[in-house]
Amino acid sequence: MAADGTARNTIHGLRRRVESLGRKTVAGVEELGHGGTLFGESLFWLIMGPRRRQPVRLDAVVAQMVEVGIGAVPIVAVLTATIGVMLAIQGIYTLRTFGAESQVTLGIAYSMVREFSPLITGILIAGRSGSALAARIGIMKINQEIDALRVMGIEPVRFLVVPALVAMVVMLPALTLFGDLIGLLAAGIYVSADLGISLSAYADNIINILSPNDLWHGLGKSVIFAILITLIGVVNGAAVSGGAEGVGRYTTRAVVHAISAIVVTDMLFAFVVTRG
Amino acid sequence: MAKPTDLLSRPKVIEVTDLVAHYGDRMILRGVTMDVREGEIMVIMGGSGSGKSTLLRHLLSLEAKTSGRVRLLDQDIDDLSPVAFQELRKKMGVAFQSGALFSSMTVGENIMLPLHEHTRLDRSTMEIMVRMKMEVVSLAGFENLMPSELSGGMIKRAAVARAIVMDPRLLFFDEPSAGLDPVVASALDDLILKLRDAMGMSIVVVTHELESAFKIADRITVLDHGDILFLGSVEEVRDHPSERIQNLLNRRTEEEVLDPDEYLRRLTGMNVGDGGARAGNVP
Ligand SMILES: Nc1ncnc2c1ncn2[C@@H]1O[C@H](COP(=O)(O)OP(=O)(O)OP(=O)(O)O)[C@@H](O)[C@H]1O
Ligand SMILES: [Mg+2]
Repeated sequence: MAADGTARNTIHGLRRRVESLGRKTVAGVEELGHGGTLFGESLFWLIMGPRRRQPVRLDAVVAQMVEVGIGAVPIVAVLTATIGVMLAIQGIYTLRTFGAESQVTLGIAYSMVREFSPLITGILIAGRSGSALAARIGIMKINQEIDALRVMGIEPVRFLVVPALVAMVVMLPALTLFGDLIGLLAAGIYVSADLGISLSAYADNIINILSPNDLWHGLGKSVIFAILITLIGVVNGAAVSGGAEGVGRYTTRAVVHAISAIVVTDMLFAFVVTRG
Repeated sequence: MAKPTDLLSRPKVIEVTDLVAHYGDRMILRGVTMDVREGEIMVIMGGSGSGKSTLLRHLLSLEAKTSGRVRLLDQDIDDLSPVAFQELRKKMGVAFQSGALFSSMTVGENIMLPLHEHTRLDRSTMEIMVRMKMEVVSLAGFENLMPSELSGGMIKRAAVARAIVMDPRLLFFDEPSAGLDPVVASALDDLILKLRDAMGMSIVVVTHELESAFKIADRITVLDHGDILFLGSVEEVRDHPSERIQNLLNRRTEEEVLDPDEYLRRLTGMNVGDGGARAGNVP
């Protein structure tokens, strides 16, 4: 009897867990759908806006670009410089065992431009601007500002989402490029100090190693990250309910989801590119 | 105030027929039929949760209805192309309960936004128009403040200014006097009357403040659990024989006319109970 009851309880618990997993999966797929729809609508308004007498305003895009881009410059510089130095230290240390430390530039150039700069900048902007976007939209929703836009005949996607999306798609690659330069420079300073090569020799070396393809690889990824950060921020902001507490919860969720999406996408990208 | 007979000869600016609406599986509006005439103030009343705000959201097409028809300014909203619908919305103004001012813009920019988005006027013309509307709502001189720097009553008035900046034909208010002290609420009622009389707008007001409703309404729609209990003039509603309607109305008035001493006694009676009363008797 007792054993029977325990077994039934276990099965019951298991079923509940499977059910809850199923519900979460459905909700996740639904959210992906929302993101996709939102992306489609954003492209629609970007292209068709003028014909619908609702053009996307350049001043709104510029304001968003300043918000996303300019404020992030110092922290992107600090982090990519740190990563650059770290790569240099680690690279020299590892290669020294083979007596090949002069080859360190190769590793630094590739990892910085193809991996670390896009990844670090993406994660940083997800934390900085993705969360801000989610919070802004969430607050606007609970304050009925989104409703107010709609009844004024101002399409919220056109007015709020497209400027943020365009700004992000421009600024994240720009910041990534900036991160490339700072990271490589910082690494170069360390390498030249440690190995006694001149900075200009190091720079020549980097330019020889890197092809435009490597640059595009990193920047292309950052465009995808930009889209992910924006869509995830907006979807979470729009899902806010239940006052200020809800804003906090969904803002956190936006950041966690955006960073996870960035890391997973990065892995998929690496996989596809190395196969292809 | 127009006589009811006059009113009913005027054209309908809003016409709702058999409107049924759900939130999820719950039916919130159960076949609502009502209309609003040109230049009238229609007040929608009813207890909490009766569906007033939901009805308003459907008049504004902020929710998808289950069935029924909504006609605004002689156009069925289901028949409109997106562009035509947008044109219609320019003829409608809404003052939301929270005010819904954009917190990142100044008061002046908030009020200017519809002009900025929908017209090609140059900036100085728009500024003049904004100043005019701010004059109407007695907010002149506050255009450079941020919404966070305004009092509750000022936020509502700024929201009204934004709602009327395009000179709409239809104006909607959700709970205009909620959260305001009686003097400010009464001033807002006067403003609503002024908008009808001076600007000829047709106005829909959702409220559960009986006094305010009787003061401003031409007609009143009484909602109860998603049904229209009654629709008629202020006098008809006030003197209606139905017990249900009187209960609905009087429950509110009883609370409102309660004098402060009585109110305090009830409060302390409830909270302190016998123990409190005995403690008070100790010499
Ligand atoms: N977004 C929503 N999702 C689900 N149910 C809702 C939603 N909004 C309102 N409801 C439900 O619809 C019913 C009618 O709500 P509504 O807000 O229209 O009432 P109301 O008459 O405006 O009340 P109040 O005077 O309290 O504002 C309520 O039972 C409410 O629970
Ligand atoms: Mg309500």
